[in-house]
Amino acid sequence: MAIQELTSLAGRLNDRRHSSVELTQSYLNRINGAGELNAFITIDEEFSLEQARRSDKRRAKGRTLSPLDGIPIAHKDIFCTKGMLTSCGSHILDNFISPYDATVIEHFNRSGAVILGKTNMDEFAMGSSGETSWYGIIKNPWDTGRVPGGSSAGSAAALAAGLCPAATGTDTGGSIRQPAAFCGVTGFKPSYGRVSRYGMIAFASSLDQGGPIARSAQDAAIMMDVMAGFDERDSTSVPQDDVHFSSELGAELRGLRIGIPGEFFGAGLDDSVEKAVRDAIKTYEDMGAQIREVSLPNSELCVPCYYVIAPSEASSNLSRFDGVRFGHRATDYDDPIDMYMKTRAEGFGPEVKRRVMIGTFALSAGYYDAYYNKALKLRRLIAEDFDKAFEDCDVLMGPTTPTTAFPIGDKTDDPIAMYLNDIFTIPVNLAGLPGISIPAGFDASGLPVGLQIIGRYFEDARVLSVAHQYQRQNDWHLRQPEGYHS
Amino acid sequence: MKWEPVIGLEVHVQLLTRSKIFSGASANYGSQPNTQACAVDLGLPGVLPVMNENAARMAVKFGLAVDAVVNQRSAFARKNYFYPDLPKGYQISQYEMPIVGRGHLNIVVDGELKRIGITRAHLEEDAGKSLHEDFHGMTAIDLNRAGTPLVEIVSEPDMRSTKEAVAYLRKLHTMVRYLEICDGNMQEGSFRCDANVSVRPAGQAKLGTRTEVKNINSFRFVERAIGHEIERQIDILEEGGEIVQETRLYDPDKNETRPMRTKEEAHDYRYFPDPDLPPMAIDETFIEEIRQNLPELPDAKEQRFKDQYQLNEEHAHQLTQSRANADYFEATAGASRGAPKTVANWIVGDLSSRLNDENLDIGDSPISSRMLAGLIDRIEDNTISGKIAKEVFRAMWEGEGEADAVIENRGLKQITDTGEIEKIVDDILAKSRTQIEQYTSGQEKIFGYFIGQVMKATGGKANPKQVNEILKKKLRAHLFTDGP
Amino acid sequence: MALDRKTVIDIATLARIGIDPDNVDDYASELSKILKFVAQMDQVDTEKVEPLTHPQDRQLRMRMDRVTETDQREGFQQLAPAVEAGLYLVPRVIE
Repeated sequence: MAIQELTSLAGRLNDRRHSSVELTQSYLNRINGAGELNAFITIDEEFSLEQARRSDKRRAKGRTLSPLDGIPIAHKDIFCTKGMLTSCGSHILDNFISPYDATVIEHFNRSGAVILGKTNMDEFAMGSSGETSWYGIIKNPWDTGRVPGGSSAGSAAALAAGLCPAATGTDTGGSIRQPAAFCGVTGFKPSYGRVSRYGMIAFASSLDQGGPIARSAQDAAIMMDVMAGFDERDSTSVPQDDVHFSSELGAELRGLRIGIPGEFFGAGLDDSVEKAVRDAIKTYEDMGAQIREVSLPNSELCVPCYYVIAPSEASSNLSRFDGVRFGHRATDYDDPIDMYMKTRAEGFGPEVKRRVMIGTFALSAGYYDAYYNKALKLRRLIAEDFDKAFEDCDVLMGPTTPTTAFPIGDKTDDPIAMYLNDIFTIPVNLAGLPGISIPAGFDASGLPVGLQIIGRYFEDARVLSVAHQYQRQNDWHLRQPEGYHS
Repeated sequence: MKWEPVIGLEVHVQLLTRSKIFSGASANYGSQPNTQACAVDLGLPGVLPVMNENAARMAVKFGLAVDAVVNQRSAFARKNYFYPDLPKGYQISQYEMPIVGRGHLNIVVDGELKRIGITRAHLEEDAGKSLHEDFHGMTAIDLNRAGTPLVEIVSEPDMRSTKEAVAYLRKLHTMVRYLEICDGNMQEGSFRCDANVSVRPAGQAKLGTRTEVKNINSFRFVERAIGHEIERQIDILEEGGEIVQETRLYDPDKNETRPMRTKEEAHDYRYFPDPDLPPMAIDETFIEEIRQNLPELPDAKEQRFKDQYQLNEEHAHQLTQSRANADYFEATAGASRGAPKTVANWIVGDLSSRLNDENLDIGDSPISSRMLAGLIDRIEDNTISGKIAKEVFRAMWEGEGEADAVIENRGLKQITDTGEIEKIVDDILAKSRTQIEQYTSGQEKIFGYFIGQVMKATGGKANPKQVNEILKKKLRAHLFTDGP
Repeated sequence: MALDRKTVIDIATLARIGIDPDNVDDYASELSKILKFVAQMDQVDTEKVEPLTHPQDRQLRMRMDRVTETDQREGFQQLAPAVEAGLYLVPRVIE
């Protein structure tokens, strides 16, 4: 079966060209055949096939629940799935069978979609390379010597290799968009508050946002139709009308004002990435959009700001992993403190420990103002930069990442170099805006390049639509890596 | 040297909401362990808090009752520390922006009115309970209480004696029950008190180093724990020592405080705004609506009882210690022809002591306000004497029915027929020659003997006033006609 | 700022993460590098700026006071490392 977008898969199911069971089985087979990518943590074939069987029965009775009914979807292992291991890529949750479903999973279940499996990820979503998971390194199907990006590494790699038609991810500082760029797929981070965070294991609560990794902007929109929506269980969920993102993709590009932040094209940007991105922007211009220079003056400080806020929140969010009520507990200990120290020393990997310690320090007495509070103030300035830029334009465009996928192990000894990978994606999270990465060609070594499109707060539909218009002009998003052709 | 104690109290008040502050689990007390700890209370991965509006309402109610500033914008913060009964590793509380700001409470100690400042009152979630016994050397954790809404009320260090501290605590206790935001049950931990205690030489402005005394779980202990801590500090200072700033645990069995052992590492709670909970906005309409529905508060009620019912200070104060007491009084006074003072006497006296003996609330009294009014009316209309009334009261308590029924069934109606009483008096005098001689010879104390005999003969039913008059008249006759 | 050994040990204790004494120096130098990196924030004067705690300044939404949860102790406690009689067990806490 050739690579398929969601609409055509739904069409095939409707035409009875495949059953959901056949479709699901074919993806399960592909997953089994691509073990070298290490894209999945949990596969439960029987569970998936049972869901597929139920979908087929519904279809036979003419009672499908949504366009996604019967379509297998892979979920980042950060979303709690009832009765299934939900590890968050961590040893400390290696035995955590979630007793409940995340709101996002509930939405998919209600849509009739099949849970294909749980994808591998950087531990607690802390990583930009797919190298920090307790379940091992995840590889990029375009070049298995390279990283797929992170933290939604398994979802992006699986999609690129055709192991699933669409997947969920989460994005705290670029964790959907950056791996999407590295793997040549489409990754959308919705506005903060669009998608419920309930049941999505928290890394940095004020930045985390779930979203789709898909073949195209259209597929991402179809996924968003299911994922988005107000949730009374999440106090940061925003009341919203039921928007059908997938039916709002036809916006006119003529007259669209595209802002190009000069700061996104400075030193450190790889030449071939810059070229691909500028070509993409040219395409928009050719389609009738107006291009204008804008400035996000505090961009450079986004990464320092983020690496205070995210670890601070994380240091507190991860305190619940203490070996008392669930998860790993060390075997030998003298007292509760000793038990905590050993449990967490064994349960967390080095990057998680590093960030928890940085966050603990940034919040501690005497340093709060200099670090945490300073970062919050800077965050306001960064958000205001965007407000200002959006006075003159409707969307912003630039590269998703400064480089294409780098070799495995390249940055593991240099956390700061690793952090700087997210320099263009982080500002969007700090301001809570919607952003998408779409494939925009390849660099000289044949690695995918991502174009990032950023929208105003809650203008998610516009971002998806603008991305979709581009994808109607070319087929970058449908390219597949050698060896993983469907 | 003369020392002056300086005391401030931090009181944790459990709010009477149905569900918890951030989850939909029941906040009832006393269920099987961990059966009321839902996913949110357990801090399972991925769960999120959603604020209970009723908890905010109750906090605002308290704020208005103590004339405090209600902050239209407040925020929740995380207080981070590890403890096995704190599921998330942080407590959601309020730090820089509490819902209630400065207010005050008035107390009366030794007849003097004193205003105690309230620094702030903030909303937070309770932790679970650690049980240290009976688990073969392990500690067992029950998280039913985790997430129960609390208001922590912090006073200014305005109290200068244990008496004042107790008076403040009692006043606060009265207040929260008036507002129906807390059941005030100290044993079950729904009203808990920590005390900040320091001493300084009388006349010195600068405060001494303070200690925090925890685990004060009854009014009796408040007095003892603080009193003990004051003495301990004075002893140290008088021997030239220094007070160490620390948290101390009160041990009621030994009546002593000792430093808490778990505090060897300096606490650094790393408060920061909870990113899961945007700032709380309380608008003027919300506050106004609560203000309109505030009940009459203890001070106002006490004053009204003095004005409207002419009660004395003590009665007015005692009867307004709880809304239920005050309501009982007003219902009884309204239904009875007796003077409000008489009604107050009965409630503060016989009824209260009986309730106390049996550990009952006035709401559980077997004698309703209407029944008590009926009893008082029978005294007023001379059907029974005050003494017989006590018997009727006891019978009513035991379930023998209304006052009239008891009087009827037990034949307790007072004898007021003068002729009948005179006849009885004559009989007794006829048998009491010796005593009459004693009386006429000037031993007037013997008069009581005659009264006693009459009462004995009538089963206490003779109208005491009439007995008195008739006896005096007859004895006077002896005095002049029958002399030796 | 550069962290010394003692600070690293203090932070690790506060965060309840046991670290091997042999690794303290590595942590110190790694964390110090990160702190030096984030100190770039000082380039911007934020004296008069209000901190932004949530990505969009929103207000708290509150729920009605209703009991919506039922007892799920049995299921929840299957996840626990040590339970007895419906209680979670931990090593003895000394107060």
